Amino acid sequence: MNAVTYVIYAFLTVSVSFNLLGGFALHRFPDVYTRLHGATKCTTFGTIFAVLAVVVHAAYRLHLTGDPKYLGMALHSLVALIALLLTNPTGAHAIAKAAYLSGYRPAKAVIDAYGEKVGGAE
Amino acid sequence: MIAPEFLYAVVVVMIAAFLSLLRVFLGPSVPDRVVGVDTLNTLIVAGMVLLGAAYDRTIYIDVAIVYALLSYVGTLAIARYLQGGLE
Repeated sequence: MNAVTYVIYAFLTVSVSFNLLGGFALHRFPDVYTRLHGATKCTTFGTIFAVLAVVVHAAYRLHLTGDPKYLGMALHSLVALIALLLTNPTGAHAIAKAAYLSGYRPAKAVIDAYGEKVGGAE
Repeated sequence: MIAPEFLYAVVVVMIAAFLSLLRVFLGPSVPDRVVGVDTLNTLIVAGMVLLGAAYDRTIYIDVAIVYALLSYVGTLAIARYLQGGLE
């Protein structure tokens, strides 16, 4: 157990906690939009820390063994993180817009500004 | 088995993925199920990256990259279908 191991454990703990919170958020919120909010935010943040843990692990193994395979592992997980960071908010936005346009309204909402803009407010 | 701590992290991430799969089955409306599938995709990508580190295989992380991009296309297609065609 050295300092790098503690850093990896800390990153993995943050990642796992936020991913579990994202899973629970799907069951603790009342309607589509709040569920989308909780699940997307928590799982994106958790995945950032999972990839950070993998990068620290790969950099440490590269430092120990000098095997260039670990450089590839770190770079590829960073590419996966960038792909996820670009696509996840876009997909969430598309789902929210599609849910609104197909007729599902937020539960317990008082002001519907998007409905006034689109012309779908009741 | 190189790094067991990543394997334990994968187990907990898969519990979260099971929770989102439960939302896919239980969801009262169609957008609820789509939200469940979207969350499941993100969690599967995180689990694949962690598995690649746990078993020391870079090819799992390449699979995760392709899965992230393809699931994004799938989510966009379902959303476009849900809102009723092009607009």
